[in-house]
Parts: sequence; C-alpha cells; structure tokens
Amino acid sequence: MSEIPGDLKFLKSHEWARVEDDGLVRVGISDHAQGQLGDLVYVELPEIGASVQAGHGVAVVESVKAASDIYSPVSGEIVAVNENLNDKPETINEDAFGDGWIFLVRASDRGELDEMLDADAYAELIENEDH
Amino acid sequence: MTEKTVLNDTHRALGARMVDFGGWDMPINYGSQIEEHHAVRRDAGMFDVSHMTVVDLHGARTREFLRHLLANSVDKLKVQGKALYSCMLNEQGGVIDDLIVYFLGEEFFRLVVNAATREKDLQWIEKQAKAFDVEVKERPEFAMIAVQGPHARDKVIGLLAEVDHERIKKLGKFAAAAAQGPHGIPLFVARTGYTGEDGFEIIVPQEHAVALWQALAAAGVAPAGLGARDTLRLEAGMNLYGQDMDETVSPWEANLGWTIALDEGRDFIGRKVLEAQKAAGVKRVMVGLVLDEKGVLRHGQPVLTANGAGEILSGSFAPTLNKAVAFARIPAGEPGDVRVDIRGKEVPVRVVKYPFVRDGKPCEGI
Repeated sequence: MSEIPGDLKFLKSHEWARVEDDGLVRVGISDHAQGQLGDLVYVELPEIGASVQAGHGVAVVESVKAASDIYSPVSGEIVAVNENLNDKPETINEDAFGDGWIFLVRASDRGELDEMLDADAYAELIENEDH
Repeated sequence: MTEKTVLNDTHRALGARMVDFGGWDMPINYGSQIEEHHAVRRDAGMFDVSHMTVVDLHGARTREFLRHLLANSVDKLKVQGKALYSCMLNEQGGVIDDLIVYFLGEEFFRLVVNAATREKDLQWIEKQAKAFDVEVKERPEFAMIAVQGPHARDKVIGLLAEVDHERIKKLGKFAAAAAQGPHGIPLFVARTGYTGEDGFEIIVPQEHAVALWQALAAAGVAPAGLGARDTLRLEAGMNLYGQDMDETVSPWEANLGWTIALDEGRDFIGRKVLEAQKAAGVKRVMVGLVLDEKGVLRHGQPVLTANGAGEILSGSFAPTLNKAVAFARIPAGEPGDVRVDIRGKEVPVRVVKYPFVRDGKPCEGI
C-alpha cells in the first residue's frame, strides 16, 4: 500500500480531493479503493461543463468485478476530465493519487472540503475496515 | 462459519485477496485478475478448487442409479476413467446442479458437484440412492487443484513419476487416471477444466495439497484466483450454477440441451417435463452477447429485444477480447436489434453464438 499524500482530503466512500494552486479541486479514488476494486477496465467520465453537487455520483469506475459510483466531494462545475482513462483505465490501478485522477471541479463553495477527512483520519478509516 | 481449504494459508502467504464464496474463504486474485487470466490463456495457471464436493458412489446398481439420477446418459461411459458432464434435475425439470461423473468401475462412480449446492445435492442424491442400494460417500479428505493452460499438461506431467509420463500424456479429453506425483503423492488426474484451455483437474489427499501446489509453482504454474476462473469460463461459454441456471430453469433454457440424452426407455428424473417442453417449444432461450462499445455487461441488467425483455445472467469484461461479453436469457424468436440497459442508457449489443474464446483465441464472429 502506497503512502497517503498529506495534502489530500477524503470522503468515506474513498474519493480524494486536492486543491490545486489555481484553486480548482482535483478528484480521484484512493489507492486503497483501487486495490479493493481490482483491475479497472472502464471509466465513465462526466461531461465538461456539467454542474455537480457534493455527495452526488458524477462518474463510474468499473473493474472486472464491479461497477462503483464516484461522488463529487464539492459542488461546482466540471472543468476537465482525465481523457487518458478512456484508453488506459488501469492508470488508476497504477497511480491512484497522481496520473489516475478522474475529474477537476471549479468549486462553488470550498468550505465543503472542510467536511472531508484528512489523510490521518482516512488512514485510520481504512485501517479499521481491514480488520 | 466460513470454511477454509487446506491451501488457505498458502493463498494468504501469496498475498491473495480473499472473499467469501458459497461459505468458503477463497482467493479472488493474487494481485491482478487480468494477468492471471492471461497466464492461463497463454501459459499455465492453477486454481484451488478444493471447495468443490467429491462424492463417491459404490454398489452393484450404481450405473442403474445414475441412469435415473442424471439427464445425460452414463451409458456413454464405456471405458474406465471416462467422464461425463450432466445436469441433475428435479421432477419439474429444473436444474438442481451441474456436475461431472467419472466411471471408475462397474460398481464405483465418482461425482464432483458444486460447493455452494453441497448440502442440497447430498440430500437429493442420498434420497434417490436408497431405492438402488447405492452407498453415497462424501470425500472431504480430498483437495483439488485445477491446472489449466496451453502448457499446463506438460508442466504437470514433468512432476509425475517417470513411469506415469507416457500414460498420462496419452490421457484423452474428459478422462481420468491415477498417477504418482512428486514425493510419491497419490493423484487422481482428470483431463477436464472450466477455462476453455487444455489441462488437468487433480484430486489429491489434503495432507499433500500444499506440497503439490508448491511443486507446481516451482514448475512455473501461476496461481490464479476465482476472479480469473470466472472470466475464463465465461469466455469459454461455460455456465455457472446459480447465475446461468437454477431450479427454476430447464436445461433447454440454459443452452444445455446438448447434455440431455433422450435415449430409448431411460426413465430419468425430470424427463417427462423436458419432453413436454421440447414438444411445446421453450419460451426463453439463452444467447451470447458482445458489447462493441465501451462499458461492462453485468448480471441483472435488462436486455431489450423485439419480443420483450430478458436479462443478463453472467456478464463481465472479457480480458482475451478486451471488451464485455455476457450470457442472457431472452424471449424465444428473432430478437431484432438488441440493447442492454446500462444504468438507464440503452446500449446496442450483438447476439452471437458462443463460446467467445477457445484454445486461447477469439472464436469467429466475436
């Protein structure tokens, strides 16, 4: 299991969010989540320009085993998606916290991020899940 | 209480992700399910299938009993060691289980049945066996390892006692024989499988299973989990009990007509209903589907046809084809343009004849 980067925040449903220098919020799923899902074979990305609400499903990742909804941690507008995942969904398996990001949101209320877990709290959550 | 096979610690030591499978704690993968799938298609992989139930039948009237119990005809088994795939039906013609029966002697046959149906199978078999004075003996002291892939047979044969090499090399498809493994381990080697590849399923006394597994690993056979086993058998067009058929489904509706022997004068359980269904024509059929667009076909998704809706039975991403395939049960008749409802979106699919993959290669038209 790779280290959990300290600058990320997490939902209990295993999405991560990172506030970029330009204030946009990048979203992906955790390394723990990709491990649970197994080999990813398809990612259904949101439309650029779509408006999203915190806690609502905006993307779907499918592994050989199952399909999972990906929730947006913040409300706002989708400004970019990781097109690379169309051809290489396994990028999420290989680099969940980096090249395997899924979408980028212009948040309407970044205060919503405060409700997320920090890296330590998330580490504790998955620790308890494993036992 | 979750049951464990004798190889449980071995799987955990290999870092396997374990899941509950029909009450058994089994490895779903050891890292990448897709790589395990490819290992079996291209080289050799092994599966712990010790959760499956081995049942030995003894008695002078065993063959007569099996003529009554099974929808396929054991009279096809003429040479000792030969095996047969069959459904075991209830009086309504529904499938209680699918199984393999081995002919080991005029008074000795062996069944291998599914793990998830173990209890009801044993009850049913015992109940039916009474009238024939056949002894039904479960063999929980056996473990089972399936070694599958284009190089599987060579790798297994290399581990056998020298004296067994030629004989096991010549073992025909769907036949079994006793052989001596590494360190003199007594093995029951069957040229059967559930992957669409050549290979063996090996029954081994529990206390020797770990040694056999290690010897196979040392010979270059890759451990593969139940996840890969599922995508391999789906590509190979093989049904999974509980998903593709059950007691509410007749073999005609599960593409298992080829396993029904309506031979003269044999009164097997379910026969009358099957004959009536055949005469009347079945209302539902099982077909293969291919999704050429991106996405994954999954169990339970609605299938829309010109004659009404059906549903996906087994469905998955198929690693050999790099797209999704499925079995579906749909209304009989020309289906027209077929679509699958994936999360509210209607996606076009192709209806195809399966298997989808045989001997490592996509079949024609897939």
